[in-house]
Amino acid sequence: MNPSKFFHVKRKITSAVMMSLSLVATLIAVIPLILIFYYTISKGITYLNIDFFVAMPKPVGESGGGMANAIVGTLMLIGIGGAIGIPVGVMSGTYLSEFGNNKFGATVRFLTDVLSGVPSIVVGVVAYTLVVVPMKHFSAFAGGIALGILMIPTITRTTEEMIKLVPHSIREAGLALGIPKWKTTILIVLKTAWKGIATGILLGLSRAAGETAPLLFTALGNRFWSTNVMQPMASLTVYIYDYAKSPFEDWNNQAWTAALVLIIMISMLSLLFRIITRSKFKTK
Amino acid sequence: MINSEIQPDIENSRVEINNTAVRPPGFFKKVFGTYNLGDFIFERLTLLFAVLVFLLVILMGYEMYVGSKISIDKFGWSFLTNSVWDPVQEIYGALPIIYGTIVSSFLALVISVPLSIGIAIFLSEVSPGWLEKPLSFLVELLAGIPSVVYGLWGIFVLVPWIRTDVEPFLSEHLGFLPFFRGAPYGFGMLAAVLILAIMILPIVSSISRDILRSVPQSQREAALALGATRWQSTKIVLKDAKSGILGATMLGLGRAVGETMAVTMVIGNRAVISPSLFDPSYTMASVIANEFTEATSEMYLSALIQLALVLFVLTIIINAMAKLLVWSMERKLGTR
Repeated sequence: MNPSKFFHVKRKITSAVMMSLSLVATLIAVIPLILIFYYTISKGITYLNIDFFVAMPKPVGESGGGMANAIVGTLMLIGIGGAIGIPVGVMSGTYLSEFGNNKFGATVRFLTDVLSGVPSIVVGVVAYTLVVVPMKHFSAFAGGIALGILMIPTITRTTEEMIKLVPHSIREAGLALGIPKWKTTILIVLKTAWKGIATGILLGLSRAAGETAPLLFTALGNRFWSTNVMQPMASLTVYIYDYAKSPFEDWNNQAWTAALVLIIMISMLSLLFRIITRSKFKTK
Repeated sequence: MINSEIQPDIENSRVEINNTAVRPPGFFKKVFGTYNLGDFIFERLTLLFAVLVFLLVILMGYEMYVGSKISIDKFGWSFLTNSVWDPVQEIYGALPIIYGTIVSSFLALVISVPLSIGIAIFLSEVSPGWLEKPLSFLVELLAGIPSVVYGLWGIFVLVPWIRTDVEPFLSEHLGFLPFFRGAPYGFGMLAAVLILAIMILPIVSSISRDILRSVPQSQREAALALGATRWQSTKIVLKDAKSGILGATMLGLGRAVGETMAVTMVIGNRAVISPSLFDPSYTMASVIANEFTEATSEMYLSALIQLALVLFVLTIIINAMAKLLVWSMERKLGTR
């Protein structure tokens, strides 16, 4: 074989090997995903019954019972978080895209990036010093504030990006008709971009639903039925944590079921998110 | 009244018309900077919320500084260098905890980054179009699983597997190294590293994929036209994307350093420095998660808040560096 031909074959083989390695890497990454889903579904489904949704947790040592309080608690905590995170995120995102072409805008943009990188446990510590310490007791309100802070960066940045996608001609048409800028922004620009903004909001909410760390010492957890936002409140994630560590097999199994229910809740949110984005691109 | 984001030349010409021909600036314009009271209110209102975000980040740093004042005053910098963490005797040195955080995140990156680059190459250079969407979706699904579910899976699936298969295997074949000695508990550094590697895979690979895609197609076409193989053209793409991939790695590091629940559930939670990966360890985030509600004395709580402050500053530095690296690449390629 002449040397140039040998080199030709060799580099082709190298190429084929490296490209197959990239496929192998992808397959390796998919394995844990399949394993996690397999265990969550197969173990979670054994304890999945109507009791889980309607019954209260049983006292230590008794088997059975459900997590009705935790399901309602998780929904309420996301609700409080959303009530804080959505307005702040949407309004500051609007500022960044409409008026933020200056140094202050760049600073805020940088700080939202910083905020999105801050570990959720640190946000929990801040919510503790801000709310729990002055109030002198744990509360759902403090947990909701922590979740709200965690939602702000996602919602702010998506709102900004989505508003920027609205063509300038649409704004100019509004302004040319003599409509003041604030009305143009709210009634025309935000209305055009709302689907994208809604996706950002859903993404923020679904991330918040899966958070545990910021709730550990803010909302704390509660073994009883409580919808009082000024008192400790149960949540699915904190239950999973507590039950996974407990020595009782029955509780361990319920942790799997709680994980399954939590993942179903989150996927329902992201399904909603996909439906919204799909219809958005169809109309275009 | 004209939007400031349109082309500069058009903007200037229109502003001129606005000021001279259409409406001369009156008292209202001079005071409020606009002709419309609604505009004035709307801009200030959105500004208020933007200021709120600004203040929030400042407030977070300030709150943690105030909360950890007692501990900072007592320990100062020795907080970071002292290796004894003893709540009973009220001695707080975070060195073993910082060691655990750095080692676990670093080793997770060592496993995760090569895999992520492989996935990114596959998704952007190799895979046929129809396969790409479901695969990206699967990888993104991994990112959507809550941390606590990873932890649950870690306790009941990963840790038993490590205890019965991985650790005996490693100590039998690589036991001469100090990294693979000791009793196979299962719970420990090795479990934390593996679970962290799985958890940061989605973020590093999806950002790397976007980075590879942002390299202009003409680069690949030029290489292929010269007779390069797929791998040779990919190497050129990787060279262009180097700083961007480094940025993605830094973002993954930021994630790993702050990851709390899954790590707390499998790392064994003991503040010791040990070279062996089989031994339990501790990370900053897991100390806070594990001990915060148990902190009874003021000094204990203050030390934990100081740990949160260190973590906060560390993640800000890591993320800022990541941001700069990604920016520098985008500017170089002129894609933005």
